[in-house]
Amino acid sequence: MTNDQDKIVRIRHLSFRFGDRIIFDDVDLDIMRGKVTAIMGPSGTGKTTLLRLIGGQLRADAGEVVVDGKEVGKLRRRELFELRKRIGLLFQTGALFTALNVFDNVAFPLREHTRLPPALIRHLVLLKLQAVGLRGARDLMPSELSGGMARRVALARAIALDPMMIMYDEPFTGQDPITVGVIMQLIRRLNDNLGLTSIIVSHDVAEVSAIADYIYMISNGKVIGQGPPAELHHSESPWVKQFLNAQPDGPVPFHYPAADLAEDLLSGAA
Amino acid sequence: MQTKLVEIAVGVFVAAGIAALFMLAMKVSNLASSTISNGYTVTARFENIGGLKVQSPVSAGGVRVGRVIGIKYDQSKYEAEVTMIIDARYNRFPVDTTASVFTSGLLGEQYVNLDPGGADEYLKNGDEIHMTQSALVLEQLIGRFLYSASEGSNSGSGTK
Amino acid sequence: MIRTLRYLGRLGLAFVQRTGRATLFVFRVFAGVPALVVHFDLIVAQLYSVGVLSLVIILVSGLNVGMVLGLQMYNTLVTFGATASLGPVIALSLVRELGPVVAALLYAGRAGSALTAEIGLMKATEQLSGMEMMAVDPVRRIVAPRLIAGIISMPLLAAIFSAVGILGGYFVGVGLLGVDDGAFWSQMQSRVKWREDIVNGIIKSVVFGVIVTWIAVFEGYDAAPTTEGVSRATTRTVVYASLFVLGIDFVLTALMFGD
Repeated sequence: MTNDQDKIVRIRHLSFRFGDRIIFDDVDLDIMRGKVTAIMGPSGTGKTTLLRLIGGQLRADAGEVVVDGKEVGKLRRRELFELRKRIGLLFQTGALFTALNVFDNVAFPLREHTRLPPALIRHLVLLKLQAVGLRGARDLMPSELSGGMARRVALARAIALDPMMIMYDEPFTGQDPITVGVIMQLIRRLNDNLGLTSIIVSHDVAEVSAIADYIYMISNGKVIGQGPPAELHHSESPWVKQFLNAQPDGPVPFHYPAADLAEDLLSGAA
Repeated sequence: MQTKLVEIAVGVFVAAGIAALFMLAMKVSNLASSTISNGYTVTARFENIGGLKVQSPVSAGGVRVGRVIGIKYDQSKYEAEVTMIIDARYNRFPVDTTASVFTSGLLGEQYVNLDPGGADEYLKNGDEIHMTQSALVLEQLIGRFLYSASEGSNSGSGTK
Repeated sequence: MIRTLRYLGRLGLAFVQRTGRATLFVFRVFAGVPALVVHFDLIVAQLYSVGVLSLVIILVSGLNVGMVLGLQMYNTLVTFGATASLGPVIALSLVRELGPVVAALLYAGRAGSALTAEIGLMKATEQLSGMEMMAVDPVRRIVAPRLIAGIISMPLLAAIFSAVGILGGYFVGVGLLGVDDGAFWSQMQSRVKWREDIVNGIIKSVVFGVIVTWIAVFEGYDAAPTTEGVSRATTRTVVYASLFVLGIDFVLTALMFGD
């Protein structure tokens, strides 16, 4: 069986709430080293929150989040910063620094965290850009990039320090099919070629099913299904079936809770 | 990137700011003339110094020769004691020089005026000027004027 | 009635809480300053965007204020036959009050709002969050250089304002209205004192620099990451900074020029 060393992220009994909303309720999750793991679920279930919890930007109300053997919630600032250098995070919008051009964006983590000479940094940046296919775009400003290109640059930046793990926040959302295909391929290839671990947060069923090794489905703060894509697609659980088959109504209701329609219409005044 | 241009611009900005400060210091304020590199201290006692302040000018013949650096009230003699520093270049004030408190213009600030006497010895560091004339206080002036005016009219009218 | 009181009470509490948060924030920023010695180029870049780019408005306003002072003061002084005092009157007004205060207000409007908008937008587009996740403290890298640049720029801008204003007053007074050239400068030099007037003015402008830049960066950092949030934060910066400048000016003036 798998032992704890293989679990790069181990989450046990995680509970987190935002105001009155319960985001996670006693959730257990494992992210295996070297694999592409996907977190899926309906919008607003807190998938991005999970990434923030792993990265230490948020602290869990209860439970433990252990990343590479270290309990994230208990780390001090310096150790947390050290940990973050080894994790890459790709934001939904790319979050490139608008004041810097593509080259400087990718060079940023290298310049901040290493003392490498400029010539070597230049080599590294060009190689990272080459990996995502944008070496020729290095002098463009972020405002001149399309959405898909911006995300690829952000990806190059995320792998600049050769992290052990990359987290993708909705990498496919809102992109044209070609870009989606490019990103899918990049995620898989980088993961395998660079020996990374990847966590994808997404609700794009087809794309995720094509490249993920393991999927967790989260709804209403709980894990409602997990397993390799093939297994999940044969699952009997109504939640899983509704989500994977894109059914508008099921365990996640179509109607926002409200009074009976006839009553509402007849009550008139209010 | 245009770092070079940026750096030049910032350099110009900071230089302009410092130049402005310098201009304010030299041309606008009394900094240039107020620093007396070396000088000697003398004291003088007055009954009333009026509006004299520390840093007030000390002039002779209308020319600034020093400034007031200390003002104290002597409780044993009930007098004001003024300490001033005079530029070392002007070291030929006779010991019987008169120090008076004058007002520049009608409503201006007050200053110490030095009127040289005729003695052979000159003032040195730590000396005291003994001949002094206090500031003119407006109320006392008016009082004296009214008193002397009524005196005049009394004696003029003679006995009835 | 009770509701109004409760509302006011809540406002007051919120204000106090905000001030507390702002104070803790500025301590954090100052703590990050020593590390900036390595990144001096960041400060230089900010000096450009905050200082140099404000020069135009400062120069034009300073010149105009000085010229207007010349005109207005002349009108009043001429009735007393005291036009020889035009020099010191203009100089003292500028150096003691108008230079630091007006420069601070203009700075709050031009540079302060720009700072808030910039930082607020960086927050809204998750650039600050991204930086954090890359193990770079955005407070040290983005906020601290801007605060330092503001504190350095403000006294320089105020000095430039005063100097240009005095020149403007000179052009109007001596050039246009016929006040005597020599009297203008000599009276000024005898009445304007370095320590009491100019240095105090500089102290004022440093204090204003701290306050305005502090408010600007805090509002930006604290803004809600939406379009309305950033717009509201920018307005707040200009309003609060202006009010605080005027309020602190009164306190400082009373302390410095009172008895």
